Amino acid sequence: MTVFAFAFYMFAVITVLSGLMVTLSRNPVHSVLWLILAFLSTSGLFVLLGAEFVAMLLVIVYVGAVAVLFLFVVMMLDIDFASLKGEMARAMPLGLLIGVVLLMQIAIGVGVWTVADGADGLRQAVAPAEIENTRALGKLLYDRYFLLFQLAGLILLVAMIGAILLTLRHRKDVKRQNVLHQMWRDPAKAMELKDVKPGQGL
Amino acid sequence: MTSADFQTVLPEILLSGYAMAALLAAVYTTKDKLAPTLVWATAGLFVAMALYIGVGGVGERTVFAGLFTDDPFARFAKVTILLSAAAVLVMSQDYMTRRDLLRFEYPILVTLAVVGMMVMVSAADLITLYMGLELQSLSLYVVAAMRRDSAKSSEAGLKYFVLGALSSGLLLYGASLVYGYAGTTQFAGILTTVQDGVPLGLLFGLVFMLAGLAFKVSAAPFHMWTPDVYEGSPTPVTAFFATAPKVAAMALIARLVQDAFGGVPGQWGQVLAGLSVASMYLGAVAAIGQRDIKRLMAYSSIAHMGFALIGLAVGTAYGVQATLIYMAIYVTMNVGTFAFILSMERDGRPVSDIAGLNQFAKKEPLKALAMLVLLFSLAGVPPMVGFFGKFYVLKAAVDAGMVWLAVAGAIASVIGAFYYLRLVYFMYFGAEQEPVDSRMGLVQSLMLVGVAAIMVLGVVNLFGLEPIAASAAEALVR
Repeated sequence: MTVFAFAFYMFAVITVLSGLMVTLSRNPVHSVLWLILAFLSTSGLFVLLGAEFVAMLLVIVYVGAVAVLFLFVVMMLDIDFASLKGEMARAMPLGLLIGVVLLMQIAIGVGVWTVADGADGLRQAVAPAEIENTRALGKLLYDRYFLLFQLAGLILLVAMIGAILLTLRHRKDVKRQNVLHQMWRDPAKAMELKDVKPGQGL
Repeated sequence: MTSADFQTVLPEILLSGYAMAALLAAVYTTKDKLAPTLVWATAGLFVAMALYIGVGGVGERTVFAGLFTDDPFARFAKVTILLSAAAVLVMSQDYMTRRDLLRFEYPILVTLAVVGMMVMVSAADLITLYMGLELQSLSLYVVAAMRRDSAKSSEAGLKYFVLGALSSGLLLYGASLVYGYAGTTQFAGILTTVQDGVPLGLLFGLVFMLAGLAFKVSAAPFHMWTPDVYEGSPTPVTAFFATAPKVAAMALIARLVQDAFGGVPGQWGQVLAGLSVASMYLGAVAAIGQRDIKRLMAYSSIAHMGFALIGLAVGTAYGVQATLIYMAIYVTMNVGTFAFILSMERDGRPVSDIAGLNQFAKKEPLKALAMLVLLFSLAGVPPMVGFFGKFYVLKAAVDAGMVWLAVAGAIASVIGAFYYLRLVYFMYFGAEQEPVDSRMGLVQSLMLVGVAAIMVLGVVNLFGLEPIAASAAEALVR
């Protein structure tokens, strides 16, 4: 077995196993930790494919940002996981049945998989050999797929507008800090000096 | 990228630029107080863009390296989408202001949804298709849940979001299978590889994609979200859901099956015919038991989508033309009907129970008459324009030798006529009881009466719709 094959099988097995553990582990925090392991071993697979930029992106964006965010969300959410598990146990037989049927259908579909005769000639974004990943991706994103890139930006804008529209509330009954108001306060009006004699109260 | 590329997507660029400028303007000035102005400005821009596209657009070209196409078919769909969105916006302004629903984000989200729809109907690539679809759907999820203090509206938004995400997943899975077979995401490339016979794996992909898109047009058996979302959303939003997005999704199905799978009409024709028959019968039968007019309109739209799908299922140019005419008539009728539904209220609160229509004709004879014309048209009763929509699709089915489909459609339209006519019965001969008030702004009355007039006057020549739809269909079906 070559080093390449060994590395591939190691990363692949770890990815599948940790993916399984994400769904099986009892503690949701452990699930997120398994998810991080899955991301890391997937990025190993990407390196083996020669896609080093995507591999780094996976580590930086998914492990560094998304998974940490997940961790925060899971720790902050107050969900009664025991009752959720109970619900799931009831739906389990039906779910398993549907899952098995779907799996068999996909097996049939993939089992007789064929590729069209001219498919290789039609590939649009073939990884070029002479330039590095980052430059090749940049050329695709900002030139050929420029329109789609901008549309993706619009979709994110909609997501932002939606999140604000559905959650932001302007409450009038809470006190807010107004910095200018604070700075413009006049000591003469805001406080009064009293000369308190010893032994006497106000 | 050349200047010709950008010239072709100019309407989309202008609309998205406008949306961003309006967002900034509203945030930095008076926020929601600017909303009525924004609604009218947006509607004005939509009409201007519709004129620009309808009058100025010529020829056929595919730009951005085969991602985006501009042809008579896309232009027909875009003009329909823009005009119906503009009509729904202006007639909902009064309603939303009175109920304190009008947030400045509403017209902006509608604009972005319309940009998504315009990209959908112009898609020439699976990725463009998905981007347009998501831009449209995401904006619609938000506006469905816009009334935050109502549990029903939030439920509608959540339900729509979850099922919409599921359908997007199906669509993407299908698209990945198609890509795996053809090696390209471009429709033109897929068309060259899929010429004779479809292997099983590709068939999986095709069926998954059609199932995902059937969700978006709410064709049975993928319709279950429709009644709840229509009922829960604010009525102006329901009116919007029932018009422009349906045209866009229907045009997208036509574009996908003709542009990418035009070589194998037998494969998708069966699927679409099945969806069509299921939708027509489910829409006609399930609507009979409904007491809420918004739910009723949901089932009505399911049935109408079934009829429109007949035209696509036959796979001929005449069939596509019939579908385009059907959709144009359908959105016009819905604009009029929703103008009336928006005005139904009692003691200042909106009502949607159909029992409220009892004896309505005694109170407001003119509005009742306009509504009668619209309901007859929705049912497809002969003198009205709605009949011609059904006639074209059924004729397309007969011409293509699918007589069984035409017969099934005719029977379903007879069953469906029952509940439309029952509404008319309630208005004219219903039980003695105080009918609802119908408080209309000038715009709503104009829409109601105008659309009713169109439904009667259009029988002369459908306002010249036929040759335009024919040239649009010929551009698509080669």
